[in-house]
Amino acid sequence: MTQLLLNIDLSLVDWSRAQFALTAMYHWLFVPLTLGILFIIAIMETIYVKTNDPEWKRITRFWMKLFGINFAIGVATGLILEFEFGTNWSNYSWFVGDIFGAPLAIEGIMAFFMESTFIAIMFFGWNKVSKKFHLTATWLTAIGASLSALWILVANAWMQNPVGMQFNPITARNEMMNFWEVLFSPVAINKFLHTVFSGYTLGALFVIGISSFYLLKKREILLAKRSIIIASVFGMIGILMTIFTGHGSAVQVAKHQPMKLAAMEGLYEGGKEAELMAFAILNPKKTFDNEENPFLIKFGFKGMLSYLIDFNTQTYVAGINDLIHGNPEQNILSVADRKILGDSALNALLDYKKAVENDDEVLANNSLKIIDRNFSHFGYSYVQKPEDIIPHIPLVFYSFHLMVIFGSLFVLIFLIFGWLTIKNKIDNFKYSKLIYILGLLGIPMAYIASESGWIVAEVGRQPWVIQDLMTTSAAVTNISSASVQLTFWIFAFIFTILLIVEISIMSRFVKIGPEKPKNEGGK
Amino acid sequence: MITLEISHLFLQQYWWFLVSFLAASLVFLMFVQGGQTLIFSIGKTNLERNLIINTLGRKWELTFTTLVVFGGAFFASFPLFYATSFGGAYWAWTALLLAFTIQAISYEYRTKKGNLFGPKFFEALMFINGLFGTLLIGIIVGTMFNGAEFSLNSLNNMSWHNSARGLEAVLNWHNLSLGLAIFFLARISGLLYFIMTVDDENVYANSKKRLLYNALPFLVFFIAFIIKLLIISGFAIDNQGKVFMENYKYLNNFLQMPIVLIMFLLGLIGVLFGIIKTYFSKTKFDKGFWFTSVGIVLTVLALFLNLGYNNTAFYPSSYDIQSSLTIQNASSSLFTLQVMSIVSLFIPVVIAYIIVVWRAMNKTKISKQEVEDKNEITY
Repeated sequence: MTQLLLNIDLSLVDWSRAQFALTAMYHWLFVPLTLGILFIIAIMETIYVKTNDPEWKRITRFWMKLFGINFAIGVATGLILEFEFGTNWSNYSWFVGDIFGAPLAIEGIMAFFMESTFIAIMFFGWNKVSKKFHLTATWLTAIGASLSALWILVANAWMQNPVGMQFNPITARNEMMNFWEVLFSPVAINKFLHTVFSGYTLGALFVIGISSFYLLKKREILLAKRSIIIASVFGMIGILMTIFTGHGSAVQVAKHQPMKLAAMEGLYEGGKEAELMAFAILNPKKTFDNEENPFLIKFGFKGMLSYLIDFNTQTYVAGINDLIHGNPEQNILSVADRKILGDSALNALLDYKKAVENDDEVLANNSLKIIDRNFSHFGYSYVQKPEDIIPHIPLVFYSFHLMVIFGSLFVLIFLIFGWLTIKNKIDNFKYSKLIYILGLLGIPMAYIASESGWIVAEVGRQPWVIQDLMTTSAAVTNISSASVQLTFWIFAFIFTILLIVEISIMSRFVKIGPEKPKNEGGK
Repeated sequence: MITLEISHLFLQQYWWFLVSFLAASLVFLMFVQGGQTLIFSIGKTNLERNLIINTLGRKWELTFTTLVVFGGAFFASFPLFYATSFGGAYWAWTALLLAFTIQAISYEYRTKKGNLFGPKFFEALMFINGLFGTLLIGIIVGTMFNGAEFSLNSLNNMSWHNSARGLEAVLNWHNLSLGLAIFFLARISGLLYFIMTVDDENVYANSKKRLLYNALPFLVFFIAFIIKLLIISGFAIDNQGKVFMENYKYLNNFLQMPIVLIMFLLGLIGVLFGIIKTYFSKTKFDKGFWFTSVGIVLTVLALFLNLGYNNTAFYPSSYDIQSSLTIQNASSSLFTLQVMSIVSLFIPVVIAYIIVVWRAMNKTKISKQEVEDKNEITY
């Protein structure tokens, strides 16, 4: 049985991961904009309903149309993503379906229906329902979108830090014991807030970017200025909350995924007064088992990493080597030790199965005890070499730093745009053009930062699909690598075409600009 | 202990009912897919195509969401099915998903400037979605009666024993006849939806005419499917939880669960009444859609209840009969089902607001003036 479990074609795992990453990254091109721009639209429409100023309606409708173009493709990629848990990660789906499936279903029942039902009113209801009903629909769509995000992020957080469950050897799966622990785990709360607020930030940067384009072209000045005011205030709240919860996430990563933290900072040797890198270039020759210097160039703050995760510069931060070789002083087990414990849990599980078949109560009870005691190392039985637990360091390291650097820049962008617009200086200021270009650049930067965040979260936890309990190689569907390779290319082709069409439609739409103002007020 | 077991079984049955209800709703909402396959035959002019695409466009998200929720609910309540069927029948499901992926953007992109391919391209994508979306769902559901070639090991890890990975189901005429029946049923439903929601004489006359052309093949394929279903032996479960072949299993299920049989017959009457009344009525009868829709929900629900209740394996394995999935061995734990059941109490609220929104949006029929108004956001 153990043999059967380990006999997985590695290229299958890689292709399956590639396919999932492709779908997730494409999906994430569309989701954050949906999350963010919906609230901005809802705020704009609220002002319209309060003031009855037709210009606000025109502004609302303009952003709503852009949102619509973006929304459909997010839905398309989301469908694939949802089912890929089953198609590509079949063993995973069984092993944790009892916990993981519930948030997914709740998302569907409670949030996704809300979003998709009221969206019809948003788009087609202007002349069909009252203004207040329409406004309610817009807010419900916005709330529904963020609620959808809540549940899928709870599910994701559970994979990073599995809580509230117990392994059931009879069914060979994990079963939920405490729903609230799953929902309100600190990892889940931080992840949800960090992710949705980063989406709000991206939405705001998108609005500022497009508005900058109009200012640069000296068109739609009023629309642009009004949009910028809303977006910079909303975006500032977004980015500050993103930074705050980003810190919270780092604290959780330090606690539950020390290897990910070590990869984020390129930290090989653990210690007190651990250094936080502001900027660095990794030494490509460095591996866990040589003496090379990890960095070619670095600029960091000594003690800051320790301080960041515990408000104490003397806190010990584990490095890659501690986690591989173990560090008894810090109570860190080596991979080899954990593998022994993981193997004993897996063997006990197989013994238990046999014992049940043969009605051997003594063996069954003993096996259960061993499983209980060692289950937290269960996944290590799938780890073949100690270094397999190290994620791709450069990818995680650079993504993390890119995200942080861009994130800090966004604070500046919102400050500058907010201040200049409120002072009404945005279009008669010496460096106006430069500012507009900065605003435009904010759009790609926001997307890069957002995708980078997911790379840190997901690549950073490799090889685990569920931290310490299941590796990606054990989770994968038993299928030919060629099949997955083929679907990878099919999806890559389709998603890319869809993206190109989307960008083309969006840019054409922005170039044409909003509908002409009507003379009538009200409706 | 005994009460616990009873309540677990109760929840398994409750969730099988909900999953069946979602499946039934999905088939009913596939009037969108059926309608999409009629874009070219009903929409002779650009304007007519705009009319029918816009009336469908107001509902496509509902069908799509129901598919997503169907997947999610199945995952949560019967995760072993999710793991086994999606991972196993990989190509069948992937093809189905692809057919829906291309739908999601078609409405939004079709008439937008800069869409690179022009409206015809996106109409073709809608057609493909309509054809394969309905056909494949039917074929996959067919395997739930006829079996699929998988096995499970002691850790419930799945192996599939046919390299076509689910597409082999197409070669079974019984599965195929269900797929074709659903395809024509969706078209019927689409036609009735046009008759109900579009304010245009040509669309009305054309839709009415085509009702008959689609009703006849539907009946042929559906009756063929049902007759065969009632005479084949099915996958039954004995007291020890072992699966065995029982003669006339699905017929027996109907006879042993008369309520399900009545539901099935009432559903069939509803479907036929909607069609016949619309087609033969001398005055313009435009509410046939609702009779047929309620009929579809009842019929599909009854078929699914027949499949999962009364000690029947709902996803049988024709390769290794003891690997077959039942609502008991494939379900989530008692606790998860309890949590999910509390969540399910929100379903009436969701249905209520869907009804409110549907009514608000369909108060008046869609007209040419409306789709010609550039300021109204149209597809």
